[in-house]
Amino acid sequence: MTRNFRPFANDFLVRAAVAAVVLVLAAIVLHVVTRGAALVTWEFLTTAPRSAGRAGGIAPVLVSTVAVTAVALAAALPLAVGAAVFLVEAVRPEATAARLTRGCLSVLAAVPSIVFGLAGNMIFCDWLGFGFSILAGGLTLALMILPIAACVAETTLRMHGEDRRAGYALGLPQRRIVWSIMLPAAAPGIFAGLGLGFGRAVAESAALIFTSGYVVRMPDSVFDSGRTLAVHILDLAMNVPGGDGNAFATATVLLASVAAVVALFTALDGKRGRDFI
Amino acid sequence: MTSFPSIISRRRRIRWHGTPNALKDAVFVVVLWASGVLAIGAMAGVLIVLAIGSAPALSQAGLAAFVLGADWYPTAGEFGLVAMVAATLAVSAGALLVAGPLGILCAVYIRYYAGDLAGAAFRVVLMTLAAIPSVVYGLWGMTVLVPHIAAWQPPGTSLLAGVVVLSIMVLPTVAVLAEAGLRQLPSSLYLGSLALGCARHAAIKRIVLPSAKGPVAAACMLGLARALGETMAVLMVVGNAVAMPDSPFASVRTLPANIALEMAYAIDVHRSALFVSGLVLMAMVGLLLAMRWYWGGPDDPQF
Repeated sequence: MTRNFRPFANDFLVRAAVAAVVLVLAAIVLHVVTRGAALVTWEFLTTAPRSAGRAGGIAPVLVSTVAVTAVALAAALPLAVGAAVFLVEAVRPEATAARLTRGCLSVLAAVPSIVFGLAGNMIFCDWLGFGFSILAGGLTLALMILPIAACVAETTLRMHGEDRRAGYALGLPQRRIVWSIMLPAAAPGIFAGLGLGFGRAVAESAALIFTSGYVVRMPDSVFDSGRTLAVHILDLAMNVPGGDGNAFATATVLLASVAAVVALFTALDGKRGRDFI
Repeated sequence: MTSFPSIISRRRRIRWHGTPNALKDAVFVVVLWASGVLAIGAMAGVLIVLAIGSAPALSQAGLAAFVLGADWYPTAGEFGLVAMVAATLAVSAGALLVAGPLGILCAVYIRYYAGDLAGAAFRVVLMTLAAIPSVVYGLWGMTVLVPHIAAWQPPGTSLLAGVVVLSIMVLPTVAVLAEAGLRQLPSSLYLGSLALGCARHAAIKRIVLPSAKGPVAAACMLGLARALGETMAVLMVVGNAVAMPDSPFASVRTLPANIALEMAYAIDVHRSALFVSGLVLMAMVGLLLAMRWYWGGPDDPQF
């Protein structure tokens, strides 16, 4: 009896775990979307918040979010591509310099986001004098997404080893090979890495509350403080009694934008989806 | 015949050919190495800044006051982090107790149970779970989970709520990394045990999982590291009272939450004490990373 029952029980356990995970995801997304979707109107997206966010829309929050993530991606792109090209072109994979760089990147990837917030606050807000600003928040996020973007870029660059060797066989200088052969070939992967970085950046709140701040006005420049979608949700949920409705509406917008951008970048990357972890 | 090279050399002298190649090459090499140094510098910079920020409080109160002190009244010179370290460990360990086994089961499903299509679809589910912003988990926890727990054991904002939210958030990390670890195993192990007449569940339990012990443990370590550092979702559901976690229904405060809650108004030594909180958190994460490297997991550089 037990002999025949055991395989059934084990298989059941695996499938039950999977079903539970799918159900939890469905429950969370459905809960947020059903409470938020009805409130997301054109007016919600295009007007400023009123009464601390209980009423009105999220226009300045959307603008700040776009600005912070744009700064983050613009700063992370050259850093990540540079680090990846360094690992592929300048050093042997097993060299000390390569292992040190890769080790530093993987430690950086494990640093809690709140620690990035502390460091960013001190470096960008205090020392460089940016204060609470979109620029400070964006640069902090750039540090945070550097490892993931660099890693994806490196993997993609290594996939084009044959093109690289062909370039060397033609006697091209290294800079031509990198600039004219490898970077164009790896561009889809590099942008996919940035897409993952975007997912991280737009979801982030802990690293931003004391770097880009939570001023809810429409920012005039990158030196103004700006509140991102995630920070807006946090503030509505924690500090504004009666802010739940708009918190769910903002969360719906946030989920939709993460899904759209990650799907777009994954599509750019071709058929093989990347681990979004 | 001699005139041909001389024409070329004369034209070279007359026309400006742009920056010499040797200079371009040199600039390229400098930029290349600068990028590498910058990546190392980013890591070092974060740690150094953390140390500099912590220095005032550490020199005034000493490390012992932080790691041994029980009370946290930073404006009155009491910097004890013990309760918050205990709460951070309790929430994270609880989350791993749930997410670890579930994540391993999910990895086994993708690798050995699902067909191509179902496996890919379930991976999308995991990626979606990983992509959901932590404030959204926090919002869900506050509005769904906490009221349910409150109906059973008031006030609802509790260690238990933190464990539940966190285990959902850590699960995709464990599952995806454990799956990557299983994928690294030679397929002869699994196929060989099937050929010897093992049932699928027995092959997995007796052959596959014991062989993948290292990578799977490493996946759990990284999940735990993720859990330790998670800030907002936990902050939104655990109540944030500084107290030892003496029951699952107690309100607690974790180290990252402590930083997020007080950084806005902290000045001087208090601010520096928050940097020490960050340093202690970083030390805990560093320990886990060291364990992960010791066990040698899938070299997934996305971490």
